[in-house]
Amino acid sequence: MSHDWPLWEVFIRSKGGLSHKHVGSIHAPDAELALRHARDTYTRRLEGVSIWIARSSDIVASDPAQAGELFEPAESKVYRHPTFYDIPDIVKHI
Amino acid sequence: MSGATLTADAGVADEQRAALFDYLLRLGDDALILSQQLSEWCGHAPVLEVDLSLANIALDLLGQSTLLLDAAAKIEGGTRDADALAFHRDVLAFRNCLMVEQPNGDFAQTITRQFLYSAFQAPYFAQLTASTYTPLAEIAAKALKEVTYHADLAAEWVIRLGDGTYESRQRMLDGLDWHWRFVDELFDMDAIESGLAAAGIAPDRAALRAEFDAKVAQVLSDATLPAPEYPRATRGGRVGHHSEHLGHLLAVMQFLPRTYPDAEW
Repeated sequence: MSHDWPLWEVFIRSKGGLSHKHVGSIHAPDAELALRHARDTYTRRLEGVSIWIARSSDIVASDPAQAGELFEPAESKVYRHPTFYDIPDIVKHI
Repeated sequence: MSGATLTADAGVADEQRAALFDYLLRLGDDALILSQQLSEWCGHAPVLEVDLSLANIALDLLGQSTLLLDAAAKIEGGTRDADALAFHRDVLAFRNCLMVEQPNGDFAQTITRQFLYSAFQAPYFAQLTASTYTPLAEIAAKALKEVTYHADLAAEWVIRLGDGTYESRQRMLDGLDWHWRFVDELFDMDAIESGLAAAGIAPDRAALRAEFDAKVAQVLSDATLPAPEYPRATRGGRVGHHSEHLGHLLAVMQFLPRTYPDAEW
C-alpha cells in the first residue's frame, strides 16, 4: 500500500522561538493524513509544538556533484566569520 | 465493601458507592478492551505509519483504563487494585459495551469501530469533565484531548476509505453494517447511571445522541456513504451479557498474570 502513497518530509519545531528542523519522512495519501502520520510517528515523546510537512518531490535539492563549486569557495574566506576581527576596547556591548 | 477509607471518596454517599463502582468499571472496561483489540494490530497494520497511529490510540486508552480501574478499586475499598480488576476478573464481571469487544476484522472494520466509539466518547468525556466526583472529572479532563484526536483521525480515515476505491468503499459499508447494531447501547441509561446522573456524577448518555447522529451524518456524507440502518439493536454488555469474542480476548490478555501470578515486568 505504502508504495502507492507519496513521500512527505517532516519538520518539527521543538519549542516556541526555535526553527522547524527536518526530522525524517513518512508516507501518506494526502496532506491532512500526512500531518497526522507525522504527529503519530515523530511527536510521541514530546518532541514538538508545531509540525510542517512538504511533499518530498517539491523539495529542490542541490546536486552533490556540484558540491565543489557550491561550497568549497567559502573555505578560504575566514574573514566572513565575526571571530576573524579584533574588536577595539572602546566598542561596548558586543 | 468497607467504609470510606480514602479522601478521594469524600462526597460519595454510601448508597452510591456500589453504583459508582459499577459505573467506573463500565468506563474502564470500555477503554481496556478497546485498547487490547487495537494493540493486536501492532506489527500487522497496512503500513508503518498506521501501525503507530493504532498503537498510540491503544496506549492512550490503556492509560485511561488504568486511571479508571484504579478509581474503581479505591471506591471498592478492598484489596483489589487496577491490575486485579483487569487480569483477575472473569468475563461475566466485565461491564464494557459490546462494540469495543467486536473483532478487528479488516482495517475498515477497525476504523469503523474506532470512529463510532470515539464519536461517542469525545462529547461524553467533554460532559464528564463537569462531574461532581472530582477524580472522575480530572481523568476526563486528561483524556479528552486524546479522545478528540482519536475521533478526528478515525473520521479522516472513514472519509478516505468511503470515498476511496471500490474495494475500500465496500469494506467500509461492511464495517458500518456490522457495527451499527452496537450504537444504541452506547446511549442506554439504566437505574445505575440515572441515579449517578441525578447526583451530577455521570452525564446523561441519551442527551448526547443528537450530537452523535449529527457528527456521524456529516462524516458519512463527506465519505459519500449512505446512512446506516439496522433493524434491531444488540445490547447487554453493561450487565455482563457479552459476545463470544470477549472470552477469547480475555484468554489472551489474562493468560500470563493468571498462569504466573508472581511474574514481574
